[in-house]
Amino acid sequence: MTDLLPHFNHWVTVILMVVGLYAVVARGNMVKKLVGLAIFQTSVYLLYISPGKILGGTAPILSEAYTVYSNPLPHVLILTAIVVGIATLALGLALVVRINEAYGSIEEDEVHEADGP
Amino acid sequence: MIASNLPALQVAIPLIAAALCAMLRTGETAWKIALFANWAAFAVSLALGIEVAQYGTVSYMMGGWEAPLGIEYRVDAINVFVLLVVTAIAAIILPYARTSVAAEIDPTRQSWFYTMYLLCLAGLLGVTITGDAFNIFVFLEISSLSSYVLIAMGRDRRALLGAYQYLIMGTIGATFIVIGIGLLWTLTGTLNLYDLSTRIPDLGDNAAVLSALAFLAVGISLKLALFPLHAWLPNAYAYAPSVASAFLAGTATKVAIYLFLRFFFTIFGGEAFFEETPMPGIFLVLSLAAVFVASVVAVFQDNLKRMLAYSSVAQIGYITLGISLATETALAGSVVHILNHGLMKAGLFLFVGCIVFRAGVVRINELAGIGRQMPLTMAGFTVLGLSMLGVPGTVGFISKWYLGVAAAELGWWWLVALIVLSSLVTLVYVGRVIEVAYFRAPSGPVAQAREAPPSLLIPGGILVAASIWFGIDTSLSLDGALVAARLLVEGAF
Repeated sequence: MTDLLPHFNHWVTVILMVVGLYAVVARGNMVKKLVGLAIFQTSVYLLYISPGKILGGTAPILSEAYTVYSNPLPHVLILTAIVVGIATLALGLALVVRINEAYGSIEEDEVHEADGP
Repeated sequence: MIASNLPALQVAIPLIAAALCAMLRTGETAWKIALFANWAAFAVSLALGIEVAQYGTVSYMMGGWEAPLGIEYRVDAINVFVLLVVTAIAAIILPYARTSVAAEIDPTRQSWFYTMYLLCLAGLLGVTITGDAFNIFVFLEISSLSSYVLIAMGRDRRALLGAYQYLIMGTIGATFIVIGIGLLWTLTGTLNLYDLSTRIPDLGDNAAVLSALAFLAVGISLKLALFPLHAWLPNAYAYAPSVASAFLAGTATKVAIYLFLRFFFTIFGGEAFFEETPMPGIFLVLSLAAVFVASVVAVFQDNLKRMLAYSSVAQIGYITLGISLATETALAGSVVHILNHGLMKAGLFLFVGCIVFRAGVVRINELAGIGRQMPLTMAGFTVLGLSMLGVPGTVGFISKWYLGVAAAELGWWWLVALIVLSSLVTLVYVGRVIEVAYFRAPSGPVAQAREAPPSLLIPGGILVAASIWFGIDTSLSLDGALVAARLLVEGAF
């Protein structure tokens, strides 16, 4: 247990990652699949941001009072990744709306049945 | 001023033109802007190609910020080759788009089609040209998101399902890539590809490097549709609009292959490192499976576009086969096949687009006698089909010859035999279309079909001419590929 605690941020990341991927693979509902995909992508935000934090560190302010600060780069990167994630989710949901209009269902097996073999 | 900013212009021109197209409501003006931007991008990559050939690697600091703090665009023999392939194929397809898009896409959506086409082009060029790992992810997502939209614009409702499926798989792939990049960044503290290539070898036998490698391998393999991660590809290509199918089949997977080469050879330290990992064995088996399984599946398709999509999976198998051998000859074969397959498959999809335009059918059984009604279209299709077989005098022969020679150099004669055998399977599915098209009487909608208009035939004709030209005179294509292969083997940057 004491071995696990120092790396608990990575455990949270890994658990979220697996939960997200599981939902994508195991769910037949297209909206639930997208929710899983969003969780999966969110876990990556943690993967980037958590190693950048230094305990007791501040924001990178140029002042003699602060000498220890956290790495600001991952925040900037992940801001971009969040935008990408939102765009993906929005496009995915838009596609699901169109699929619902065309097929009358968003359950994967029902939709595939509607098109025949 | 312009000459020194060529690398930035390469991405900026299509990106800005995409924004312009998004503001327009008529397809005609949007097409003109797209055509201009696309040919300008091609001119830029030609100029970059000449610069790289004369002076070697070009390094460009975005906004004047010095690397590794700033973002660097780095052009060498490997990615300038891919830039040229992507812009050339896109530039040849675009004149075709005017007639085909007008027929296949709702008038209110035509300007959006060109917006997405240009965004996808900008994304693909960005992935290829950038020297920054996180930039790769962002551009990859720009190109992927716009290609999902391009696919969803198909008239069949199954296009929506294809796009959705591709979105799920593509996002998982891109996220795997970004996890791999994140691990490398945590280990080395840099995102600059050149910096990564100098720092990673010092880390030695590190478990985190290997897991980054694994994430990158799976993520990129999803993007390049390596068997068995190809499930998204057939539906996406089969139901997309004709222009989108041709464009994506000719360029998108090729850029993913470039990414694979860049990460595994240049960044992780050349052929020596690649040989130490279990990758060559895994890739060899999966590539052979791709070549045979996808070819056999293609034989049993009744939709012509789906057949070509499965054939794409098989052709990508040849490229990854060359990568798995990892010798200079094999890599040259793979790199030159990036161009060759792009020419062949884009051309084939363009000719299928001609058939859709005139006859409106894509089921192989309904194509009976199309060779008599549309002789030029089917002649072009046949030549490119023979090129996929690897008939001497066409580009397909050059790639297969190099793969065969590479296998023979290693003394793997069984592999040479398998490459020849795989051509026979290709013969079956190409031959089936030729048989139906030429040796049966026309019926149904085909009987009323006329030859496609010149605006559709000429772009396809250019690709046919290019496949024969590069099949006979290989001085341009193969020399570029050989230089690139040498760089890859050495892991030089």
